[in-house]
Amino acid sequence: MLLLTDLDAIRTLTQGRLENRKITGQSADSIQFRSVMVCGGTGCTSSDSNTIIDALNQELSNQGIQEQVEVVRTGCFGLCELGPVVIVYPEGIFYSRVEVKDIPDLVEQHLLNGKPYEKKVYEKTKQDGKILNFEETDFYKKQVRIALRNCGIIDPENINEYIASDGYKALGKVLLTMSRQQVIDTMKKSGLRGRGGGGFNTGLKWEFAAKQDKEQKYVICNADEGDPGAFMDRSILEGNPHSVIEAMAIAGFAIGSNQGFIYVRAEYPIAVQRFVKALDQAREYGLLGDNVLGTGFTFNIDVRLGAGAFVCGEETALMHSIEGHRGMPTPKPPFPAVQGLWGQPTIINNVETLANVAQIILNGADWYASIGTEKSKGTKVFALGGKVVNTGLVEVPMGITLREVIFEIGGGIPGGKKFKAVQTGGPSGGCLTEEHLDSTIDFDTLTSLGSMMGSGGMIIMDEDTCMVDIARFYLDFTRDESCGKCTPCRIGTKRLLEMLDLITEGKATMEDLEKLENLSLQIKNASLCALGQTAPNPVLSTIKFFREEYMAHIHDQKCPAGVCKSLILYQINADLCKGCSLCARKCPSNAISGKVKEPFVIDTLACIKCGVCFDVCKFKAVAIV
Amino acid sequence: MEQQQTNSSGGVAEADEKLEKIQLAIQQFKMIKGALIPVLHEIQDIYGYLPEPVLKVVSTELNLPMSEIYGVASFYHFFSLTPKGEHVIHVCMGTACYIKGAQTVLDRLSTELNVAVQGTTEDNKFTLEATRCLGACGLAPVMTIGEKVHGRLVPNNVPKILNEYK
Repeated sequence: MLLLTDLDAIRTLTQGRLENRKITGQSADSIQFRSVMVCGGTGCTSSDSNTIIDALNQELSNQGIQEQVEVVRTGCFGLCELGPVVIVYPEGIFYSRVEVKDIPDLVEQHLLNGKPYEKKVYEKTKQDGKILNFEETDFYKKQVRIALRNCGIIDPENINEYIASDGYKALGKVLLTMSRQQVIDTMKKSGLRGRGGGGFNTGLKWEFAAKQDKEQKYVICNADEGDPGAFMDRSILEGNPHSVIEAMAIAGFAIGSNQGFIYVRAEYPIAVQRFVKALDQAREYGLLGDNVLGTGFTFNIDVRLGAGAFVCGEETALMHSIEGHRGMPTPKPPFPAVQGLWGQPTIINNVETLANVAQIILNGADWYASIGTEKSKGTKVFALGGKVVNTGLVEVPMGITLREVIFEIGGGIPGGKKFKAVQTGGPSGGCLTEEHLDSTIDFDTLTSLGSMMGSGGMIIMDEDTCMVDIARFYLDFTRDESCGKCTPCRIGTKRLLEMLDLITEGKATMEDLEKLENLSLQIKNASLCALGQTAPNPVLSTIKFFREEYMAHIHDQKCPAGVCKSLILYQINADLCKGCSLCARKCPSNAISGKVKEPFVIDTLACIKCGVCFDVCKFKAVAIV
Repeated sequence: MEQQQTNSSGGVAEADEKLEKIQLAIQQFKMIKGALIPVLHEIQDIYGYLPEPVLKVVSTELNLPMSEIYGVASFYHFFSLTPKGEHVIHVCMGTACYIKGAQTVLDRLSTELNVAVQGTTEDNKFTLEATRCLGACGLAPVMTIGEKVHGRLVPNNVPKILNEYK
């Protein structure tokens, strides 16, 4: 078991290693040691970052420079679009879409001879013949990293590196110098609100549980990140797992609990594996278990795997799932803080919420409260996705505008297309339009506009996205994920989906649109849990802001975005067609015929509208009408 | 998971070995509250699905009625009560993938393999599944075949990729 002094010793010993991972601006010939950081997040691992690490190590030993270079597999850098990503310190050179075949040249040119390997240097860091460090790019400039602060800097599988980066310092401070009430007061004063969607004050939640006079209490970390398009919790678990463990222990101390659970999606194998490894390390160091840091405080954490049920993101459903039952919600009150897991007082915090806790304890409530807006403090991590140039993970201060996030950090819409809408809050949220781009991002503004913060998915849509189809897409999701316990949600979402199907097929009437709105409001008011209460949001917000698009489907039987299959036809423009026959050869249903070097024709009856001809035509001769 | 599935037609010794592993897991989880779901995860991991005879063992050991086990197993998407094909294809239907054309990729797979979504081909080679967000939104649209991730797809990539597995 380690004591506080032992942690300090580890910190001193390891700190030098982290010092190497900073941008210094020194000249290439004076650099003695380089750190090569390879992203090991799910996105980059999917594009083979592990083989890149092996190739790098092999090449370094071939060149005999393994002593002058370290290769570190880190958590997510955020710019998943450009993966696999490699960053080299101390210059801060950002390499994108690195392939194994690049490694020999990269090692020789940069790591051996000090000259960046220009072929794979991220284009946006090249300016006037110079190469900027990655922190100067638009993507990183406006970000403030608190929850993600260690992602991309430390090796998440090495507890010493976390300790060196002020890790477990907050736990030490809490256990040795603070009372339970002081911890709760600090949290309350910081203004931190739950990042999972609810936005409830975290300190207040802790206080409710702390006040319960019960022997057994529980701390649960909700890592059942189910919103499609949101992956910040996974990235934190993958890139900085100890920050969550430390925060759970602090929460345990504050409410008087000795047992924590993390409920994590089974679909996140890398996150689960890194978290379990981090737990083992923390136990080995005596940072979990009996008598933590010699203070007499006891705290353990067990892992429970989710099994693919979106509704388990809801607190009461999640607890039933940990208890071994179907994940079905129960009415609140009683709130979990009073009567939660196995009937005992329980607090449930989301991963990102917890990732802020140690920093708040270390830097103080006032520091945290100085970031953000009056009612939404601190930062929020967003997963930018869809039709945006820089797909990836960003952490920004609350109060930033949607425009800054989408167009400055996100780099705008690719392919010269026009921005149409931004969807926040996942299946519970809504779509916002051009006119909202200058609105600030905070809990209350987003809610007042008819969307919500949610867990932080931010999907950008361009002119090629059909808003009715998107509403249908979300309803298909919530209908499938409804647990079936309450009637408004179980049957209501199915009826909504049927109506949306009719509209996208061009078979609906104006009466259906009215019914759709009415039923949406009823489901919102009558459902048992947040899943049903928010399920109609995508429908209501798209009707509100894109009513004319619904009208086009209903009145004109047209899909303006060219998405809804029943309402579109593929045609070949005879003036543009060169008769190359490529489309005819690729067509899976043999619906295209013609003579070579003469315009081809699509047989609309045989066409299955798969769009292959549209994609393959080099002359833009295929049109959707 | 994939490999275990390919081996699932193995001999009696192998079947015993699998059952032994399950017994071990049951004994280990029996001590904790809420043991059923961790046990089901273990079975799914070893067999690739939840075979009924094994669930009967769970029923006896954990003293839970089959009806309750069925209730839990059928509630969660992650658990499957039917065996899967040799290669399981998951097409991500998260929002980011969807608006970048995941549906057209899924449709093409369905045409090429001549199998409905959530179905298995007659030769037991492929199971085609539409799945929840895989979280690789930077590579959208994405599908996984076994553990291999295929990203930035267009429908025309499909035949070539499938050929690698045929």
